[in-house]
Amino acid sequence: MKILVCVKRVPAPGARINITADGQQVDTAFLGFTVSPHEECAVEQAVQLVEKHGGEVTVLTLGPAEAQEQLRTAVSTGAVKAVLVPIDVDDWDPQRTAQAIATVISGLELANGKYDLILFGNESADSCGYQVGIRTALKLDRPIVNGAKGLEVENGVATVRRESDAGVEIYKLKTPACVGVKEGINLPRYPTMKGRLASKKVEITQSTPLGDVGGLKLITLRRPPERASNTKILGTGPEAASAVVDLLEELGVFK
Amino acid sequence: MSEFPTRAKCVVIGAGIVGNCLVGHLAKLGWTDMVQIDKGPLPNPGGSTGHASNFIFPTDHNKEMALLTLASQKQYIEMGMNNTCGGIEVARKPERLEEFNRRMTSAKSWGIDSKLLTPAQVKELVPFINEKIILGGFYTPSVSCVDSLQTGTLMREGAVKSGNLNVFANTEVLDLEVEDGAIKAVITNKGRIEAEYVVVACGVWSPRIAQMAGANIPLTPAVHQMADVGPIDILQKSNAEVAYPIVRDMDTFCYERQTAGSMEVGSYAHRAIFMHPNEIPSNEASALSPTELPLTQDDFDPQMEQAIELMEMLGDAEIKYAINGLLSLTPDAMPVLGETVEVRNLWSAAAVWIKEGPGIAQLVAEWMTYGYPHLCDPHSSDISRFYAHEKTEHHIYARCDEHFNKTYGIVHPREQWASQRDMRRSPFYPREEAAGATFFDARGWERPQWFASNEKLVKKFAAACEPREHEWDARWWSPITNAEHLQMRESVGMVDLTAFNEFDFTGSGAMKFLQYMCVNNVDVEVGRSVYTPLLTPGGGFRGDLTIMRLAVDHFRVITGAFDGGRDNYWFNRHMPTDGSVVFTDMSSALCTIGVWGPNAEKTMSKIVTGDHKPFDVSQKNFPYGAVRNVLIGGVPCTMFRISYVGENGWEIYTKMEHGLRIWDSIAAAGKEFEVIPVGMGVYAVTGRIEKGYRLMGAELESEYNPVEAGLARAKVKSADFIGKAEYLKAREEKPCAVMCTLEMIDNTSKSGIKRFPTGGNEPILTKTGERIVDTKGRVSRVTTAGAAPSLGKYLLLAYLTPEHAVEGNELRVMYMNELYPVRVARVGSQPVFDPTDSRMKS
Repeated sequence: MKILVCVKRVPAPGARINITADGQQVDTAFLGFTVSPHEECAVEQAVQLVEKHGGEVTVLTLGPAEAQEQLRTAVSTGAVKAVLVPIDVDDWDPQRTAQAIATVISGLELANGKYDLILFGNESADSCGYQVGIRTALKLDRPIVNGAKGLEVENGVATVRRESDAGVEIYKLKTPACVGVKEGINLPRYPTMKGRLASKKVEITQSTPLGDVGGLKLITLRRPPERASNTKILGTGPEAASAVVDLLEELGVFK
Repeated sequence: MSEFPTRAKCVVIGAGIVGNCLVGHLAKLGWTDMVQIDKGPLPNPGGSTGHASNFIFPTDHNKEMALLTLASQKQYIEMGMNNTCGGIEVARKPERLEEFNRRMTSAKSWGIDSKLLTPAQVKELVPFINEKIILGGFYTPSVSCVDSLQTGTLMREGAVKSGNLNVFANTEVLDLEVEDGAIKAVITNKGRIEAEYVVVACGVWSPRIAQMAGANIPLTPAVHQMADVGPIDILQKSNAEVAYPIVRDMDTFCYERQTAGSMEVGSYAHRAIFMHPNEIPSNEASALSPTELPLTQDDFDPQMEQAIELMEMLGDAEIKYAINGLLSLTPDAMPVLGETVEVRNLWSAAAVWIKEGPGIAQLVAEWMTYGYPHLCDPHSSDISRFYAHEKTEHHIYARCDEHFNKTYGIVHPREQWASQRDMRRSPFYPREEAAGATFFDARGWERPQWFASNEKLVKKFAAACEPREHEWDARWWSPITNAEHLQMRESVGMVDLTAFNEFDFTGSGAMKFLQYMCVNNVDVEVGRSVYTPLLTPGGGFRGDLTIMRLAVDHFRVITGAFDGGRDNYWFNRHMPTDGSVVFTDMSSALCTIGVWGPNAEKTMSKIVTGDHKPFDVSQKNFPYGAVRNVLIGGVPCTMFRISYVGENGWEIYTKMEHGLRIWDSIAAAGKEFEVIPVGMGVYAVTGRIEKGYRLMGAELESEYNPVEAGLARAKVKSADFIGKAEYLKAREEKPCAVMCTLEMIDNTSKSGIKRFPTGGNEPILTKTGERIVDTKGRVSRVTTAGAAPSLGKYLLLAYLTPEHAVEGNELRVMYMNELYPVRVARVGSQPVFDPTDSRMKS
């Protein structure tokens, strides 16, 4: 089984996210970088599927040269191939990104055959557009289900489970197919030391991106007003007990 | 929570291991009305304490650091916060095994039980180690892990419970107010608080806070990388926080320390990575904490490979937590403690690691309480030690960059800095360079240690100039020193002493002021001099210097390059405020040449004149200890008949710009006597040790008094002086230790080569190998070691207890983990060479 996972380099935020003076970026002076938790889960799911069925996991990103760090992290947790689609800014809009990724994937598949599955995170951790996966699938003319909380593949059919307010939805997709994975589908592993060292040796394929500028444009970033804390200290030590009881009664926990 | 106060006796800024233990110790010493603040939350405000590895390897070659670490470990034990797990330093390289012998020696000095292990023995204690790649281990069973956060919390809460401390977390310092040179108030986001004392115990933020008051705490935040990997089966099964000894992989500068089911791998091997205190993120903007920054993975990769090599199981363990942790580095790798030199009552307790934290807190608390610490002499941690150029970021970065990778390095006691050289040059430098000087760094000064031009003398004095067989003993040393020594004793030599500090005290109150500062009577005739210790209030050594009386109201203090900063501070701190004394630091205005030897008088008599008159330099007209203003080739100079090498001659002072001319005049006059330039190898070691002269920071420390050092005079002056009461008391008591000169009886090692102790605190032991500890708990150890070429001996200086301080008594010295027989040659200050000082006075 051949699985491709698309990831995106994003800042690993602190408790408070600082924005650069021009309002165009997150201030990353003291931040590390990562991928979204959804994408970590997508990589993990791909690795588990390959562990079960055999095959290989390729990881792909469109981003600056530094995004190799995220590719190598994915390799250190089980991916074996890595593709960088380098751009000279931090981010492209979703339409342009999807077009570029689809073009690169087509090229890869032309050379090596089709991927059974192409996985995305449900949405990116920074811009949260929910778009790139769906647009890419559309361009590749493949089915996609987003929000996957379960994913199995048997006999050329991917079974995707997703949760909704109404209950659980089960989809069956004929491969090749695309799936947007949601955090919680699994517990992703951490890189091991050996994995990390092996990832240093992996050759990262570079594919020149093509894509027309799309319609979404970042105007400015703004931090929402900080939520006022509703925490009220009821007291400390044994003296607090009666206040706690009063509150629990008020909330209807005690009757 | 109580309301934010408007005034307090003492405000301690910082609630890491240092600030917390400091308020605890201050409260125990009777301090009341204290306030402690930290900008972060409690119990972990986000500083370096919060992510420390929290282990203690007690052995250190440096006495001060060893004593502070042991005192800390004792406190952790007393609080039940010390988890003894043992620790093994492992060697991958043969030279490391040599270093382990040296560590065994230091461990013996400080009474730390340690032993050397074979690779198989290491494997028995650490079953998951790859013993095939190691050559051996240095095992210390008392190595421990501590809970520094909980220790700090207990200390802080103890002070709160005693009613002497109010604590305010999430309180940020915005400014410090200074009035008339003293700290006045701390401005915080919660309000302004006036305080008599303020202590900066802010770890990596300390420079930033001190700067608000115009004070300088020279340190830089620097990265120490570590990763927590696990779970690991064998560690999980141990079912303990630390079941296996901590392993320090010394030759890769890494450590492996169990934390429950995981292993923490830490490194001092990566490039030095610094951060400016102003650039450290706030608590709010930090993913983990302000001092736990994202790991720069590329820097850590080589260490992972080495770690896996040593413990294969680490390879498959998951990296759960990995950081670029910030800690404090200083230009000389020692803490920064004491009252800041710029602002009165503003104290620094910074650049402190977990292993020495509680001990240092005790030391600083004692210092603030008694005027000087009791625990040990803070000589090499004292904030006032730094010269101006050493407090710059330029210097801090350069030196920290150089020493960071030596954290686990093998550092020779005589090792020289490579960076920040040529900071200060004497006017004689061109001549010295031409004579092939090997320069050693003396706090920025380039000082010749020996001269290649004197190599020919090695043949002349061949018997005394044997090369040293062992590379370690020969490192940073040359047999030329012995040749220079003998040539000086035979004829005459010139020594560059420009690194001296000269402090001028003038004004109507100068004499009275110096009387108060000094033990010995400074009210001598104009043109005379006095040697004197300075004492702490506790009667121990605080300084050691000479003073010339140049006029009724003009005194010149001469002190060494390594104590200039501390002495400058000490005098300044006690200066009267009524304007009756003016202190002028002349150190950069004056240069100094020492001219000594049997032909010194003949040499100088050729060129010294009064104004248009010959000047009689004979002992009769110009006796020992006298100071005279003269002309040398028409240049005004001050000649001071004194010697630190035991020869007839002078220290000659002149203005910097005249220096080269004076040097050339003396060299020309001495030519017929084959005058040579002589390096510090003679002045500071061989010449000095033959005469048994004591040195501040080596023999003379605040733990010892003049009676023990053999420097007490027959009479005590009537004037009061700092430490007088304690000094008088010491004179009444029989000293429990006395400074002695010992000679090595046989310095042949088991492997049959001659060894030469470097003088790095090697223990003096009984014939059966027992440590000698006096009734005050101080251990006998080598304070200085050096050749005595004129005697054909190798000498050691050490304090001994009275029963051992008997001339002729045979003892042992341990060097590199071997015992060598030594004999007490002199008890007290009488020199081994020329005991009656006839050479200096005739």
